[in-house]
Amino acid sequence: MKPLDIALVGNPNCGKTALFNLLTGSRQKVANYAGVTVERKEGQFFLDKRSVRVLDLPGAYSLNANSPDEAITRNICLGTHDYGFHPDILVCVVDATNLRLHLRFVLELKALGKPMLVALNMMDAAGKRGIVIDTAKLEQALGVPVVETVAVASHGADALKQALSEGALPLPSLDMPMVEHDSHQQVRQILADAVSMPRTTAAFDDAVDRWLLHPVFGLLALVSVLSFMFQPVYDWAAPFQDGISNSVAWVSGQAGQWVPQGVLLSLLQNGIFAGLGTVLEFLPQILILFAFILALEETGYLPRAAFLLDRLMFACGLTGRSFIPLLSSYACAIPGIMATRSIQDPRDRLATIMVAPLTTCSARLPVYTLLIGAFIPAQKVFGVFNMQGLVLFGLYVFGIVSVFGVAWVMKRFNRNDSDHALLLELPSYRVPNARDLLIGLWDRMRIFLRRVGGIIFTLTVLLWFLSSYPAAPEGFTGPAIDYSFAGRIGHFLAPLFAPIGFNWQIVVALIPGMAAREVAVSGLATVYALSGDDGGISQLGGILASQWSLATALSVLTWYVFAPQCISTIATIKRETNSWKYTGIAVFYLFGLAYLFSLLVYQLAMALA
Amino acid sequence: MNLTQLGKGVTARVLRVDPLGPADAIAQRLLDLGFVTGEPVRCVALAPFGGDPLLVQIGFTRFALRRAEAARVQIEMAP
Repeated sequence: MKPLDIALVGNPNCGKTALFNLLTGSRQKVANYAGVTVERKEGQFFLDKRSVRVLDLPGAYSLNANSPDEAITRNICLGTHDYGFHPDILVCVVDATNLRLHLRFVLELKALGKPMLVALNMMDAAGKRGIVIDTAKLEQALGVPVVETVAVASHGADALKQALSEGALPLPSLDMPMVEHDSHQQVRQILADAVSMPRTTAAFDDAVDRWLLHPVFGLLALVSVLSFMFQPVYDWAAPFQDGISNSVAWVSGQAGQWVPQGVLLSLLQNGIFAGLGTVLEFLPQILILFAFILALEETGYLPRAAFLLDRLMFACGLTGRSFIPLLSSYACAIPGIMATRSIQDPRDRLATIMVAPLTTCSARLPVYTLLIGAFIPAQKVFGVFNMQGLVLFGLYVFGIVSVFGVAWVMKRFNRNDSDHALLLELPSYRVPNARDLLIGLWDRMRIFLRRVGGIIFTLTVLLWFLSSYPAAPEGFTGPAIDYSFAGRIGHFLAPLFAPIGFNWQIVVALIPGMAAREVAVSGLATVYALSGDDGGISQLGGILASQWSLATALSVLTWYVFAPQCISTIATIKRETNSWKYTGIAVFYLFGLAYLFSLLVYQLAMALA
Repeated sequence: MNLTQLGKGVTARVLRVDPLGPADAIAQRLLDLGFVTGEPVRCVALAPFGGDPLLVQIGFTRFALRRAEAARVQIEMAP
């Protein structure tokens, strides 16, 4: 039998994706629509023996598209573009607690005259709020079939499946002409006839929002949520990261037992396993941070944070909506940059992409930790603060200030000053659902491994080659890397970096460090002729402390606040902006600021020393 | 008066949305979201740092609107 193709369409926050997850479970494919950076989610399930393909369309308020996401939804509903999917049935998902808004979109879709049915979702939440909906009357008034669904319950989509398996749907009758104002009038009439609502808002939302949106308590709550969130990201991830690096080291050591000494072993150990270790070690922090962000998103808190911070961010040329992508960038700029897709205004989206690499991502930490441990004394300041902790905190603050500073400067350069829209819906609070959290987390992990894994892995192997060839001849004194291509490039560039206090060893280590920031640590170990394992790195701090001046160490720290030492991020910027020009501008300004501030810090520190 | 002049906790009725120019996407979107003549609208909260954006309740939904957006919505106090 020919598979049935259905598209889920509805307003943002109607529980459409939860319904999609319930229907398709793990049988999902996430990709992009051809030619645009809009996420395409397709899944599959079976009705008896018949396969049903489901497309989860981006949420839209109207067919008058205001963003690339909404344009996709419009094009597929209208059938003006195909994107390889022609839905047989539009399943219009509405939130039973938000019918005033959502039914208007149903009427707009119905006017297209295509087979459709309405999934009256979140019937459980409606029941709790005492909302009574006469489904039969609603069906009659809308002129299309209506089924009740509860996307978070395991049998919540049974009625929908039943309706889909009953065969051809009647085409909606187009007896009423559609005029903008009429559709609102019609919704009011339908609500009056078919729905009884004790009150228009959820009492719980009102009570919680009184505090969480309060100008003072709301901001305090936001700060507490964030600090509560970041602590476990670093604490909980550490044992997993150790486990991963130990396992990779063990496998790498086993390879040494079986593979003879030589090029192949070197490629395996220093290229392939080193690359694998680098990629996998990021995962625990990123997954924990994403679990928090997803949970906050599901509860409905994140749009509230965006509301609280919008004014501040707007003043700097960003938007409240930039908050979520920038927060994600603290784990890793790549998923952060990809999350900018939720920003409708292209100018705001570009500005957020451009500053995302300035947030203190987790790959900077190994570099910061190494240098702070080696150069900053662990003494108490004012009896409570640890000097090392203060410097680390200072580097984070430096990152935040530069995000806002750069966005502010970019805003000055932007000539187009027509209104930037916010129009942000604050949905009802909800208890996060485990299935949706797990599927969301799984999606992001796949995206991360695919996008980042490939690039870091390839680069690590390439940089292994650059750092190993040509091999040093017999009797060459000094580390072998010095003789290789990487060493030569490093020596060639060294004069350029002399004014900011970098010696040639640092410059050489920066080259493999382009794969990912933390690779610079093992890079330094290699140049100082240490083994790249944990033992080597623990000796590294001592060697650096004896060979570098404090000014040089501060200069390297400053460099890492700005420098785009991560090719995966650069590739993601290219992918998401689809523009070499903006990618070039980003790379140029980030290296430019890195050089400028390192110069300032180095010269100042030398003058004061 | 327009929506920016509505104080916190006060309810009014929408008169109309005034577009800025002939193809004002924001005005069109406000209409789609339910800012249509006669609809009750309430200001629920004001953001920190100068009360911009403001949170308004229209229908059963809450939207955060910047002042520039809210200024397009003309309102009258409910009798």
